[in-house]
Amino acid sequence: MGQYNFKLPDLGEGLVEAEIADIHVKVGDMVTEDQPLIDMMTDKATVEMPSPVDGKILSISGNPGDMITVGATMVVIEVEGEGNAEATTVKAEPVALPVIPVLTGTTSEKPLTSPAVRRRALEEDIDLTRVPGSGPAGRVSHQDLDDFIAAGGRIGQPVQQKRTAIEEIPVIGIRRKIATRMELSKRSIPHYSYVEEVDVTEVEKLRLFLNEGRTEDQPKLSILPFIMMATLKGMEKFPECNSHYDPEHSLVRRFSGIHLGIASQTPNGLMVPVVSHAESRDIWDMATEMMRVSAAARAGKAKREELSGSTVTITSLGRIGGIVTTPVINYPEVCIIGVNKIVPRPMVMNGTDIVIRQMMNLSSSFDHRVVDGYVAAEFIQFIKGALEQPATLFM
Amino acid sequence: MKCKLLVIGAGPGGYVAAIRAGQLDIDTIIVEGGRAGGTCLIRGCIPSKALIHAADKFEQMTAHASDGHLGISLESRPVLDFKATMAWKEGIVDRLNGGVEGLLKKAGVRQIKGWAMFRDAKTCDVETKSGIVTITAEHVILANGSKPTELPFLPFGGDVLSSTEALTLTKVPKKLVVVGAGYIGLELGIAYSKLGSEVIFIEADTRILATYDKELTAPVQQWLQANDITVHLGAKASGWKDNILSYTDKDGKAQTIAADKLLVTVGRKPNTEGWGLENMAVDMTGAFIKIDKYCRTAMKNVWAIGDITGEPMLAHRASAQGEVVAEIIAGKKREFNPNAIAAVCFTDPEIIAVGLSASEAKAEGIETVIGKFPLMANGRALTMDAGDGFVRITARADNHVIVGIHAVGPHISELSGEFALALEMGARLEDIEGTIHVHPTVTESFAEASLAALGHAIHI
Repeated sequence: MGQYNFKLPDLGEGLVEAEIADIHVKVGDMVTEDQPLIDMMTDKATVEMPSPVDGKILSISGNPGDMITVGATMVVIEVEGEGNAEATTVKAEPVALPVIPVLTGTTSEKPLTSPAVRRRALEEDIDLTRVPGSGPAGRVSHQDLDDFIAAGGRIGQPVQQKRTAIEEIPVIGIRRKIATRMELSKRSIPHYSYVEEVDVTEVEKLRLFLNEGRTEDQPKLSILPFIMMATLKGMEKFPECNSHYDPEHSLVRRFSGIHLGIASQTPNGLMVPVVSHAESRDIWDMATEMMRVSAAARAGKAKREELSGSTVTITSLGRIGGIVTTPVINYPEVCIIGVNKIVPRPMVMNGTDIVIRQMMNLSSSFDHRVVDGYVAAEFIQFIKGALEQPATLFM
Repeated sequence: MKCKLLVIGAGPGGYVAAIRAGQLDIDTIIVEGGRAGGTCLIRGCIPSKALIHAADKFEQMTAHASDGHLGISLESRPVLDFKATMAWKEGIVDRLNGGVEGLLKKAGVRQIKGWAMFRDAKTCDVETKSGIVTITAEHVILANGSKPTELPFLPFGGDVLSSTEALTLTKVPKKLVVVGAGYIGLELGIAYSKLGSEVIFIEADTRILATYDKELTAPVQQWLQANDITVHLGAKASGWKDNILSYTDKDGKAQTIAADKLLVTVGRKPNTEGWGLENMAVDMTGAFIKIDKYCRTAMKNVWAIGDITGEPMLAHRASAQGEVVAEIIAGKKREFNPNAIAAVCFTDPEIIAVGLSASEAKAEGIETVIGKFPLMANGRALTMDAGDGFVRITARADNHVIVGIHAVGPHISELSGEFALALEMGARLEDIEGTIHVHPTVTESFAEASLAALGHAIHI
């Protein structure tokens, strides 16, 4: 019998640590090779760690939410024959999260009052925990009880009362990632936002026409692939927007390929699946790929590469898109385009005619270190033009 | 006989319940096999306090005879007539016993002397002098109390005493060995030491009064040391033969001590046997009868109060429960739900504990502040030659609501009422601070302890 020390492998991208998302086994379990042991979460994705050997679990280091250093032993497995255990092994040291004590309410305790008030409350069938105390430390006086009775606050009747309990929810997993990344973005990037309205009447007509030709089993187009096409065209014309800013090395990485991140709400929170190499796709392919990666993200099955490498992000809330948003840039990108809802509005055309048009706002944010306001305005005006004259999308 | 309420046991639980029931016009019968007053009045609290008082007096006078303490000298040593002392004590017991019987009568309660045997939950046969009386009741309150725990290898009888016999001796034993250094053993052992006995304690635990915190028991420990009373800690008594106690000391070695009397005070156990409890279909919790906050047992209209329902086995708890139950039976809405029940040890010096200590509060997740005031800094204590000890207040750190009060010192038991009131009223440190305490009294130490907890005591 030997021991096999299963260590956290290098997950790439220079990661030094990863978070335990879930543990599928417990000490004493028999496992077979390739059986999932632990889910580790990196900045981008949750990676399933399969068992490299057959054997019995001897120990597991850490709990969900703990950060584990690359190379540290996560699971010790008893195996037939010789294991890989050396005399000295690095034990996984979970990185302790700071615990902030919170003064919780005193709801579970006896109400602060005198025995006489307690007796009166009992006789009047009043639950003293529901009587707001006006005295120091919430002490309930005879007057408080009188007021409570006068207000009709007997047991069984709903009363407006102060709630003092505080629930403490640990911020772990994807929530912690979201928090960290949002904070990083908002703290380090000087954001500014630019909003423009777009007449999407024509592109909507085109979209409906294209969809009419589709059979039941073929996916239909939403407005999003058209916006993706317009963004793609815009990026080609304004390449400074298709870049990452690296302040450490004081340089901007301008990408030739265009990888469109699509912000998606998943059951676990916000994720950004990526339609890679948009420049190589036509609108149908773009739509199909977007649906595929979004579905994978929502199902929690997206691969790392499907959740990383975007060069610009589009965020759309569809029908609840509102009038204006101020989107947060997906760090280290320099630009994000927010799509607001489409509404029919009366517009003035040809100088004097009032016409009902399908209108949609684009709310975009830029990194002012990299993209000047003038360039951003030109970029968005270009997208507006492309969407209002949809034929240009395909030229 | 038929009645609305039958109370079994006329101790501080039962007689109070019966008097209150009588006041509320409930047709009540109380059955007592011994004398009205129970353990407390007849063979516990009251006679032991009488003995302790006499012992204190004798000790003080002895001191005056030898060293002219306080400038007062006696020309000869005081002479103890122990039989007369016991007669004086018995006089107090008789008076209180008569008082209880009178109060019961005044409240219209029928008293039956004899031992009850229950046939079922609501019917019992009482063996009286004039024959068997069968009583059927609508409600039954079980207040049967408790008795000293007997060790199988040290059966009571002869020179092996329980607390009951220790309170009815006719002469002071020359050498008294006490097994068990809890509050009963210490109270009686210290009293007999003051009366002239050579007293030795055998305690299985590693310290005396193990249920109280160390800081609180230290002055008692010091008193024992100063008075040359040996305490064998970690020692286990194993047998008694020909006035020689054998025990195993803390190192596991077999030892013996010769003694005139052996007092065994290793706790009390509920009186649950020999009166038909098994015919009543009530639930038990451990050795005790299980009750809820209304003192209801599992059987409808059968109630239980006092020592038979568990810890703390204290007379004042039983009495409070008795009042609650009588009032519930009379149709009032009541529950037994005190903030705290004070406990007092009449050792030398005396100890009071009400509510939680800091470590107990911590175990419940409460952060606390503590204020302690030494009696040495209290003028009145010094004028009474009573400067050993302190008052300690434990309060919540967040809102200063007092969660516990502990004190040790001569005569300090008289402060227990104020302490209990503070806890029951939900007082904060500022409430005690804001109450003017009379000068010069020991109660000032309580106010000073609250100031100490608030960080600004005046006299320390």
